[in-house]
Amino acid sequence: MTLMAEPSSTGRFGEFGGRFVPETLVPACQELEVAFREAWADPSFRLELHEILRDYAGRPSIITECKNLGRELGIRLVLKREDLNHTGSHKINNVLGQTLLAKRMGKKRIVAETGAGQHGVASATAAALMGLECKVYMGAVDVERQELNVFRMRLLGSEVEAVHSGSRTLKDAVNEAMRDWVATVESTHYCLGSVMGPHPYPWMVREFHRVIGDEAREQCRAAYGADPDVVVACVGGGSNAMGIFSGFVDTDARLVGVEPAGGAAVGRGVPGVVHGMRSYLMQDEYGQVQEAHSISAGLDYPGVGPEHSYLASIGRAEYPAVNDAEVIEAFQLMARTEGIIPALECAHALAWIAREAPAFQGQTVLMNLSGRGDKDVAQMMEILK
Amino acid sequence: MSQTPVAPGPATFGRMEQSFRDKRAAGRKLLVPYITGGLPGWEDALRAAVAAGADAIEIGIPFSDPVMDGPVIQEASQRALDAGATPVSIFDQARALDVDVPLAVMCYYNTVHHAGHHRFAEQLVAAGVCAAIVPDLPLEESGLWCEAADASAIETVMLAAPTAPDDRLPRVCARARGFVYSVGLLGVTGERSALAATATALAMRLKAVTDVPVLVGVGVSNAAQAREAVQVADGVVQGASVVRRLLEGGAEAVGEYIAEVRAAIDS
Repeated sequence: MTLMAEPSSTGRFGEFGGRFVPETLVPACQELEVAFREAWADPSFRLELHEILRDYAGRPSIITECKNLGRELGIRLVLKREDLNHTGSHKINNVLGQTLLAKRMGKKRIVAETGAGQHGVASATAAALMGLECKVYMGAVDVERQELNVFRMRLLGSEVEAVHSGSRTLKDAVNEAMRDWVATVESTHYCLGSVMGPHPYPWMVREFHRVIGDEAREQCRAAYGADPDVVVACVGGGSNAMGIFSGFVDTDARLVGVEPAGGAAVGRGVPGVVHGMRSYLMQDEYGQVQEAHSISAGLDYPGVGPEHSYLASIGRAEYPAVNDAEVIEAFQLMARTEGIIPALECAHALAWIAREAPAFQGQTVLMNLSGRGDKDVAQMMEILK
Repeated sequence: MSQTPVAPGPATFGRMEQSFRDKRAAGRKLLVPYITGGLPGWEDALRAAVAAGADAIEIGIPFSDPVMDGPVIQEASQRALDAGATPVSIFDQARALDVDVPLAVMCYYNTVHHAGHHRFAEQLVAAGVCAAIVPDLPLEESGLWCEAADASAIETVMLAAPTAPDDRLPRVCARARGFVYSVGLLGVTGERSALAATATALAMRLKAVTDVPVLVGVGVSNAAQAREAVQVADGVVQGASVVRRLLEGGAEAVGEYIAEVRAAIDS
């Protein structure tokens, strides 16, 4: 079977994926699957998306070789600069795709969940551009630690609702967005922010992020005449990792998805079902979903996209974890040596590279810098006081 | 619209479905209260509901991420979890209930998946539970569970939603055991000021394609709405309205409310 192709007719990647949703949402998921399949095969849709990504989001994003840090670590470290996209992260790729699709389907409104606020800001941005009504659900804990992003979303004309149930973080925001969708499914598209959820979301969101990997492969070949030896990205739900992995899954590159130690779904979870998918999930002995704990709101998620579970199960990708202390170090390291402030999420990827660099001296390591760290500066200021 | 075939059911019926069919044949409308298992006082509330005329009880197994539930049942689930409730502790309590109506559980699929399909079905049997409602397990994903449930004679109630196209309803009904849960509106559990038009519309569509008992639930919020729903449906499930009374007034308030709904649907 070709890796990272279309999932099975039931939305499976091996044993993972599926469509575990309330009966009310089944027709909507079916309708979305048909609409996406048609749009993705339609050259006019692809062209329209390509033009928006180019003229609005600023694609293609460049690659940057970190000469200082690479010298320090004894590797060639190359960044894929998704932080330079409009709204400051890779999330814009997916939301422009989904909102364009939502309009094509005749939807007037989108709902979205957000953790750190990056997907929420991207959704609010795309909604403003496309003339769609937008409501973003955000855990109350995250509303507090990412208040600038809350203001941004409101400024962009979206409604933001703080979610006070459960752990009051990303997983609960997903629950609340799904509850909204159950009630409004006829007029509303659920603009899910990662490669998770019920079929067709894991597949569709990966396809919208495939542009990251496709560009990076061409850019690496042009610059170095070869594919990288190692491709590294952080993993919460796993969308930025899926995006960059998709460009290299059929090469010899080692694929590494770095999880936070307190939210290591692949590393510490067992297969479970929540948010519409069967995937690795952190849960207790009775199947209650456990709360993730990470310094980065965007990775505070106890599950992971089902295709990551599949790539892990067949050994094509590996999913190590780093702890908060290593992340704080890496965050400062990149700022100091390269003049780039990474998002805390991406600092996880760098933390793993810095720790493991002795094992791949002289090799080329491509890291997806999926977002910029401006949103995290206030939090880091408190931590480093 | 073309004639839709009536879905064929199994040759014999399980305990809950047989009981419901017998009562329906005798002209009785069915009343199924939902009570959150593990919530302090839930067993007394359950007994009070049975004494007040419930035809079966739906025991909610609390889950960390209840996507089909609104604020009242979410809060009850959280309180039960905070009190230390687990599926196993609730089953242990259910085994000792000694009530003479069929018991069903309402549980999210991860609870089943994590226990293992066959093991979970056997746990239900051992607890004296005869049916299961799994709201996030739609028809297409229900195969493994239904196989295990059938093998243990556990009746799997299927949900039907207002969004289902006509060709889907007979397939859902064909797989339904016990009853068909006709979802009353687009939305999650909770009380509303009026019965949605979708509630009676869907119940009518279902009655046209199945002879499995059809019960309306989600958004049937008081005695008057229950009475309105049973003009078309065979019965009602009462969720948030019962759980709110349990949270606010305990078993006595639940008993009084069920008696009021009973009187309304019998009149």
